[in-house]
Amino acid sequence: MNDKQLMAGNHVIGEAAIRAGCRFYAGYPITPQNELCEYMSEHIREVKGGVFIQSESEIAAVNMVAGAAASGARAMTSSSSPGISLKQEGISSMAASEIPALVVNIMRGGPGLGNIRPTQGDYFQATRGGGHGDYRTIVLAPTTCQEMADLTMDAFDLADRYRNPVVLLADGMMGQMMEPVVFKEPKPRNYSEAYMMRGAGSGKSQIIRGLILDQLELEEHNWKLARKYNIIRQNETRCELFQIDDAQVGIVAYGTAARVAKGAIKRMKGAGMNVGLFRPITLWPFPERELRKLSEKIKYFLVFEMNLGQMIDDVRLALQGFAEIGFFGRPGGVVPTPVELANIIDQRYFKKNGPISRG
Amino acid sequence: MKKIFSRPKSLKDAPFHYCPGCGHSIAHRLICEVIDELDIRGIAIGVPPAGCAVLAYNYLDIDMIESPHGRGPAMATGIKRMLPDRVVFSYQGDGDLAAIGIAESFHAANRGENITVIFINNAVYGMTGGQLAPTTTMGQRTTTSPLGRTRELEGYPVQVCELLSGLRGTTYIERCAVNTPANIMKTRRAIKKAFEYQMDNKGFTLVEILSPCPTNWKMSSVEACKWISDVMTKEFPLGVMKDIPSAQEKKAVAAHD
Ligand SMILES: Cc1ncc(C[n+]2csc(CCOP(=O)(O)OP(=O)(O)O)c2C)c(N)n1
Ligand code: SF4
Ligand SMILES: [Mg+2]
Repeated sequence: MNDKQLMAGNHVIGEAAIRAGCRFYAGYPITPQNELCEYMSEHIREVKGGVFIQSESEIAAVNMVAGAAASGARAMTSSSSPGISLKQEGISSMAASEIPALVVNIMRGGPGLGNIRPTQGDYFQATRGGGHGDYRTIVLAPTTCQEMADLTMDAFDLADRYRNPVVLLADGMMGQMMEPVVFKEPKPRNYSEAYMMRGAGSGKSQIIRGLILDQLELEEHNWKLARKYNIIRQNETRCELFQIDDAQVGIVAYGTAARVAKGAIKRMKGAGMNVGLFRPITLWPFPERELRKLSEKIKYFLVFEMNLGQMIDDVRLALQGFAEIGFFGRPGGVVPTPVELANIIDQRYFKKNGPISRG
Repeated sequence: MKKIFSRPKSLKDAPFHYCPGCGHSIAHRLICEVIDELDIRGIAIGVPPAGCAVLAYNYLDIDMIESPHGRGPAMATGIKRMLPDRVVFSYQGDGDLAAIGIAESFHAANRGENITVIFINNAVYGMTGGQLAPTTTMGQRTTTSPLGRTRELEGYPVQVCELLSGLRGTTYIERCAVNTPANIMKTRRAIKKAFEYQMDNKGFTLVEILSPCPTNWKMSSVEACKWISDVMTKEFPLGVMKDIPSAQEKKAVAAHD
């Protein structure tokens, strides 16, 4: 059962979700995440009580998930960028009502309909809440199929622990790529029956509401959520440090960009250039303290993203001026090569060793 | 002395916030009476809308989860699929169901979800101040159709029952009204039948209720009830639009005769 298997990223997420006890999936087709939708249609129904619905829209899907999750099920939906925009209504209301769920975004080129190539254009949307109101979602960014498996399972645990939607943020490249994975044993579910809406029985009836008309009451609800978000900030940051110990330059990258960065780093090491990688695994909460600590030794960071520069804002906030920050990125679905990235770092730092600005 | 009228057990002892003469209060009471009669308070789960009935959970003493505007049938779908032995219903206004939520309603109906929709048609957006609704009648003035609804500008009213009856996924659809005592009793029977069909796993059921909104119609309660008979029922004829189980029963009886 737990042998190594060769699987595509989209299938890995589906399999990991089912193993983690996900029993409700609703989604609407959109490239490049269709394989996940299709995998769920075939396999979630193989387990007892498992439900798959191809919904009429992403809006319907996310609200179906809210209903299923409120009634106590582990539930998820998935989509790609344009569909995730439509899901924001439901994500905001699940955050407001403290309903746990997993939302997978296999990002594609934008804005608008864009294209179906891999990008990281939805960083802001994912990490700033995305919908209306003061709220946050936990955002997990895998780089390998193995990590997709592990983080999908963790996502359900985190959603339960904090009663909050969790976003798994990957891109079209990762959805399609095949790598060996081993599925870990999921942890037993730890979620109070008291939060489940399953009919009042002979007891007191419960309500889950979104509307809180009294401003002081709504303020208190917002503060309550804020306290929760602060606990998440304290306890849940995750990151990977790769060959960073003696690095002169630190690349900051996640997801597919981090894979490219690792390729560039190996290549540069061979040429005597010491470059390391700081890879946030949680994009929200952003691992600020861990990055700031690195600035005690590293004085130049290059933020590398497949967009026009979004995570760079979090890097600036984390480093607070303690190190120089440069940016390299390409939007529109272009995945830069390790050689391209290595050349940029060589030119900007090792050849000139001067300050670098965005773009 | 025999007590013949009292507050249903599943209706909380709280004063309604609805305007005097509003149909929502009557519909709430009828739902609660049926819940009591069928003894399903413990297994009923309601999904109130964005609309004047957004606070329905302050009155119905059952588990309730509020839906974003128009998404009630999607939420009810998620709940019912996970808890097939509960009685799950959405409660929706005309804007909620027939405008912003038409896709969710249409497709829940078409999938034949085993849920019930209680549809309050008051021909306006009550909560936001009486704007044009998909069910605003021809010529009716609202705050956003100040000269009256026209074919050219706003098109015709949406007839939800007729529309959804055409879908093979639907089981039972009836249009009622709460403007006269006789109509109120019919509405109660319709809600009961819908819940019973759901409990027998018969599939998608919907009860439309023509419901007075004296405030936004700028009428007295009495005038509003009369306007339902005189105007609304012309656009929205009352009656059973579809009742598959009862038609099948009749057929079976006829085959025996
Ligand atoms: C996404 C969204 N758009 C708009 C609104 C504002 N809004 C609240 S209720 C409503 C219309 C209510 O009309 P109806 O569904 O007919 O219910 P009624 O109040 O008449 O019972 C609107 C437009 C909202 N809550 N959410
Ligand atoms: S505005 Fe109309 S629908 Fe809303 S509570 Fe008043 S009468 Fe009822
Ligand atoms: Mg209305």
